[in-house]
Amino acid sequence: MEPVIHLRSAVSLLGRFPALAGVDLDVERGEIVLLQGPNGAGKTTLLRVCAGLVPVTSGTAVVLGHDLTVDRRSVRSRIGLLAHATGLYDDLTVEDNLRFWARAVRADAAEADAALARLGLDNRLRDVVVSKLSAGQRRRTSIAVLAVRRPELWLLDEPHAGLDRYARDQFDELVREAVSRGATVVIASHETERAEGLADRSVTIVGGTIGPDVTDATEMDRAGPAAVLDPDTVTEDVVLRAP
Amino acid sequence: MTTPTEHRAPVQDATAATDEPTATSGSRTTRVLGIILFPVLALWAYLAFVGSPADVNQGEVVRLLYVHVPIVVLAYTACFISAIASGVWLWKRTQWWDLVAASAAEIGTVMVAATLVVGSIYGRPTWGVYWTWDARLTATAMLMLLLLGYLAVRRIPASTEVRGRRSAIVALLFVPNIIVVNQSVTWWRSLHQDPTLFRLNLSPEIEGLMFFTLVYSFAAGLLFFAWLLVHRFRVAYLQDQVDALGLDLALEERREEGWDDGWTTGGAPS
Amino acid sequence: MWCCVLRDAWLMAGKDLRLEWRSRVAINQIAPLALLFLVLFAFGLDPDRGILVRATPGLYWVAVLFCGLLAIQRSFALESADGNRDALRMSGLDPAGIFLGKFAGIAAQLLVLEALLVAGVVILYSARLDGFGLLALTCVVATSAIAAAGTLYGVLAAGLRVRETLLPLLLLPVLAPVLLGSTRAFEAALGGTTTDGWPWVGLIAIFALVYLGVGIAAFGSLMEET
Repeated sequence: MEPVIHLRSAVSLLGRFPALAGVDLDVERGEIVLLQGPNGAGKTTLLRVCAGLVPVTSGTAVVLGHDLTVDRRSVRSRIGLLAHATGLYDDLTVEDNLRFWARAVRADAAEADAALARLGLDNRLRDVVVSKLSAGQRRRTSIAVLAVRRPELWLLDEPHAGLDRYARDQFDELVREAVSRGATVVIASHETERAEGLADRSVTIVGGTIGPDVTDATEMDRAGPAAVLDPDTVTEDVVLRAP
Repeated sequence: MTTPTEHRAPVQDATAATDEPTATSGSRTTRVLGIILFPVLALWAYLAFVGSPADVNQGEVVRLLYVHVPIVVLAYTACFISAIASGVWLWKRTQWWDLVAASAAEIGTVMVAATLVVGSIYGRPTWGVYWTWDARLTATAMLMLLLLGYLAVRRIPASTEVRGRRSAIVALLFVPNIIVVNQSVTWWRSLHQDPTLFRLNLSPEIEGLMFFTLVYSFAAGLLFFAWLLVHRFRVAYLQDQVDALGLDLALEERREEGWDDGWTTGGAPS
Repeated sequence: MWCCVLRDAWLMAGKDLRLEWRSRVAINQIAPLALLFLVLFAFGLDPDRGILVRATPGLYWVAVLFCGLLAIQRSFALESADGNRDALRMSGLDPAGIFLGKFAGIAAQLLVLEALLVAGVVILYSARLDGFGLLALTCVVATSAIAAAGTLYGVLAAGLRVRETLLPLLLLPVLAPVLLGSTRAFEAALGGTTTDGWPWVGLIAIFALVYLGVGIAAFGSLMEET
């Protein structure tokens, strides 16, 4: 079956800076992939490229069957991107925000209620203006907005940041549910232990390029991502770097 | 695999000579134009300031018109070139058209400024004022402001594509903007009766040598404009070349990044 | 297709107006500023010498222009907060709809401000509202022109650090003929020669249509940051 994300030698420039310097990546439907890497490696950019927000300067990029080098815009409504920023209007209430973003994708408003409940935002918070919420509550509202849209591809940038333990469990459950309904998830995270419990496999991005996959959970646990790129275990044809 | 610089469409460098290295903004075209310009401008200077007769009504000051009139026409020409090139860029997306639009607009701005200054100098002895709110002057001042806006957009810190798109829209809108401005200002000033004061009070027909000098000034001005445009275009083109070179270097550095930290050699991630 | 665009526009305008309702920036800040302009003009131009009365159309439209600028800045400042531009691009809303929605939101706020300013000039400058039909039509058409051009140049300048100074630099020269035309139309209305005013309204209407057209066509690509 056609992969949900297919990147080959994807280069992406932010201004004159090559944020992605030749990325190869394949993500199949129903997978949960963890994207790791040091700060500045290109995790956020990679997510934004897959979301169709950032153009691919050269190389191949096909997401959900859309060729991003030809048309980046039509794929966006099928994707849910959880960015560092909340994507909410600070002066509107939680309910206003949910209704607006839900109706923008023609989603059912009743779904919005369900999504809020799932994330433990009780009814009293619905009429609270977003600027008055705590960071964690805002995060949960953003996640609710994403869930309401029922996207086929979830691109999550540090999703667990700012969530308490209970909210994290609920979030993980939400993700698993979505995957069981056929969604695909890519998570960029520093909190590797937390995210690894959720992910099927891990991919490491360093300096704008991606290293080899690791699917063995114990392998991931052992020494952290550094073990993945141990030069002794890696051969030339395994390291998928663009020339 | 395609190299990163290939994302630009090949530049139709119609201005470069065959094999010479593009290290300066001079090319065979500019050299030829320059060589022709020398005697052309010399003759123009002679005709305008010495050879042609002084006007019956306005005296020597009329000679400034041989500068002023061609320059204002060229300024408007530059704006339309910029607008048209922007339109074509939006259609074809090649670097060449983007640079032509930007270069023409820049030269146009200088010419509009020159028009206003020379016109001001001409106005003082002729009409007693440095400035007046007649239709032509006001419209030209508005043109200046529109062009300054365009130049500001060219300077925004953004990628070539974004900057190109935004400045192209601004330039394309020159056409309706200038038309609306000119129409509105003309209607406005035609309501106020004092046009005789501000007409060009030249002798009844411009004939003979004066007429020839005026037409010749246009021709010389056009040549001068072309020369400037080619130079400016090449400067912009070379600038882009330098940036593209920087890109390959940046790609190299980017790929080297992090491979020496804990991410590769078994230490803790940084 | 058009029904989707209009639906998205309605959603967008509703959201902008709801935001305004909750934050009350236009009511609490821009409206008082509008009245402040009128007062300052009176300080600058001696009210006893009849200059104010004769200059009322011009002063009114200059005040409208500046209030419009503030409203437009505010409209785009809303979207620049916290990843909202990205969220809008991801939202699936038709860009033409977003343009029309923003346009409608700005135009609605501006019309309210203009009503306030009309009351202001009637009271403060003792203006009389002759030729009301021409006055009203001029307001509607000029507001559309200001909102359309403002939304277009607003998105052009959006997301840039220099947005706050670039927007006026781009917008005001473009709106100068609108200022000119509206003032002449108002003068015609207040002076009793309404037939002189209609051509100006026509010119401004053409201007507004051009900007609406370009805005609808270009807004999508201008929303892209890269």
